[in-house]
Amino acid sequence: MKVIVERAGFLTSVQDLGRTGFREFGVSLGGALDCFGLRVANLLVGNDEGAAGLEITLGALQLRFDDERIVAWCGGDFDVRIGSRVLPAGHAGSVGAGEKLKFGAPKVGCRSWLSISGGIDVEPVIESRSTDLRASFGGFEGRSLRDGDVLPLGMWPGSPTPATGISSWTAPHDWVSPAKPKPILRFIRGVDWNGFNSSTLQRLTGEAFAVSPDSDRMGVRLEGPELKRLDEGDLISEAVAPGTIQVPPSGKPILLLGDCQTVGGYPKMAHVITVDLGVAAQLRAGDRVRFSEVSLAEAHRLLLEREREFGRFRVGINIQRS
Amino acid sequence: MMEIVPLGDSAVIVRMRERFDDAPEETLDTVLRAFQQLQNAAIPGVIEVAPAYTSVTVFFDPISVVKGTVAPGQVFDWLATRIRAAVAAGADRGRHRIATQRRVRLVEIPVCYDREFALDIDDVARRAAISPVEVVRFHSAAEYRVACIGFVPGFPFLAGLPKELATPRRDVPRKQIPPGSVGIGGAQTGIYPLRSPGGWNLIGRTPLKLFDPTKDPPAFLRAGDRVRFCAITREDFEASIHEALSSRAKRGTSYSK
Repeated sequence: MKVIVERAGFLTSVQDLGRTGFREFGVSLGGALDCFGLRVANLLVGNDEGAAGLEITLGALQLRFDDERIVAWCGGDFDVRIGSRVLPAGHAGSVGAGEKLKFGAPKVGCRSWLSISGGIDVEPVIESRSTDLRASFGGFEGRSLRDGDVLPLGMWPGSPTPATGISSWTAPHDWVSPAKPKPILRFIRGVDWNGFNSSTLQRLTGEAFAVSPDSDRMGVRLEGPELKRLDEGDLISEAVAPGTIQVPPSGKPILLLGDCQTVGGYPKMAHVITVDLGVAAQLRAGDRVRFSEVSLAEAHRLLLEREREFGRFRVGINIQRS
Repeated sequence: MMEIVPLGDSAVIVRMRERFDDAPEETLDTVLRAFQQLQNAAIPGVIEVAPAYTSVTVFFDPISVVKGTVAPGQVFDWLATRIRAAVAAGADRGRHRIATQRRVRLVEIPVCYDREFALDIDDVARRAAISPVEVVRFHSAAEYRVACIGFVPGFPFLAGLPKELATPRRDVPRKQIPPGSVGIGGAQTGIYPLRSPGGWNLIGRTPLKLFDPTKDPPAFLRAGDRVRFCAITREDFEASIHEALSSRAKRGTSYSK
C-alpha cells in the first residue's frame, strides 16, 4: 500500500488535474503541467482519470514498491525501467512487491507523469491532491519529494488476470510522447496583440526562441528577438492562465504554465492552445521553440477532436481490461 | 461598457469598465455584481468565475460547451451571448435593489507598525515629507477595499491608500518577505500572506493568518471587502501570535510553515 522514494530526483511532486474554483482567492490551477498526459497514464493503469500521480522533472527518480502495482507513464524521452526491463511511454507494466522503478535522464523533453494503480493517496487540500510548491500546501507535505519519503497508495484490487510484464497495447504516440526536438507551439492572439507593431508580431511567428534556465512550473522564460510594445503604459491587472504568453517591459516573453499566478499586469500577446500545453511542458533550458498562429475555432476543433479520440481510447482500454 | 475578450481557448475576460482608479468604489460594485450574476447564471460548461479590478474572468470547458450541441466555431459567440444576458439580467435587478448587491463586509486588521516590521517606513515617510508616526496615522485612518486577490494565494490588493503614502516599488525586490507583512506598492497597499519574494515597501505586520489551506474559504479576505487597519502594540502582536499557535496546537492541526 505504499511506495518508497529511494531517490527523489531533481524535482518530483505529487500532482493531479489541479484546483479549480479557488482562483477568486488567488489559488493557482496547478496540477500536472500536462493534464492530458496524466489522464492517459491513469487510464492505462485502470485509475480514475483524475487520480494523483507523480510529476517527474529531468528524471533521476527511483521508487521501490511494497506490493504489486500496475504503472504507466507519459512524457519526455526518458529511460524508464522496472528492474532491468524497459518500460516504454504509454505501456502498462506490472511492478512486483520489492521491485524497483527507475527514471533516467530524458534525451528529449523535460518532464514525465507516472500513474500507479490505486493512485497516490495523500489527503486532498482545497479539493485537490496537487502540490502547490509556491504556497507550500497539498500533495505530500506541501513540498517536492525527498529521498526516503514514503507515499501512501490507494486501494487497488489487483489485476483480474495475473499481470505479467509489460502490455503490448499502448496509447497514440503523440499523447504519450509529446516532447519534440523542434517544438512548434500553436497559439491564438491575445487581447493585447494589437499593442505590438507588425514587425514585432512577425518576430513571434518568424523566429525561434530559446528556453531560459530561469524557467519553472510557473512559466517558461524565452530569450530571443525582443518583443517591445508600442505603448509602454501600465495595464490593469487581469486574469492570466496556463498558456498565456505575456510580455514584460524587458521584451522577453514568458509562457505561463500550470503554477502561474491567477492575475497579471503584463500585456497578453498570445495564448498557446490547450492541446499544445503538453508540448510546452516539455520545454527545457536551451531548447529552441517556434510559434504558429491558429484561430480560436481551430483551437476548439483540435481540442474536441482529441477528446473524441480519447473517448474511443477509453472504451478500447476497458475492453482490453475486461 | 462591457467587452468580452478571449483569454486563450478556455476562458474569456469580461471587462466591465476601462479604468479603475477614477472610480474604484463604483467599479468594484459593478464588477462584483457581474461576478455574482455570472456565478448564479450557472452557464453550462462554465467551471469558475473570478473577479479582478475592472473585470470578471469566466473559465470554461470548451468540450462541455460543444457537447451542448454548439459547433466548435461558435463556442466563443455562444458563451458571449450567455454572459451578456446574465450580466444584463443582473443590472436590471440591481436597479430595484439599490442597497443590494451582496453584503459588503467590513474587516478590521490589526497591524503592528513596530520598527522591526516597518523596514521601509522611513522611505515612505521621506517621500511624503511626513514623519513615520504620521505614516501610521494615515495608513490606519483610511478605509480600503479589496480590489483583487492574487499574486500569491490570499494576497489582497487594497485600493484606497491615501495619496500621500503612494510609494513606488523597491528597485530590488526582497527575496523573502515574512508572512503577515503589510506593504505599500505604488498606489496600493497589501498584505503578504505567505513567505514570498516581493518588492513592496514594508511598514508593519499583522498577526492574522491571511491564507489557510485547511479552512473554507482558504483566504481571509475576498474581493469587495472593506478593510481598516488598527494599530496594535508589539505586546498585542506577540500575544495574538501566541494565542493563534496555542489554539492551533489544541485543534491538533499541523501546518507546514
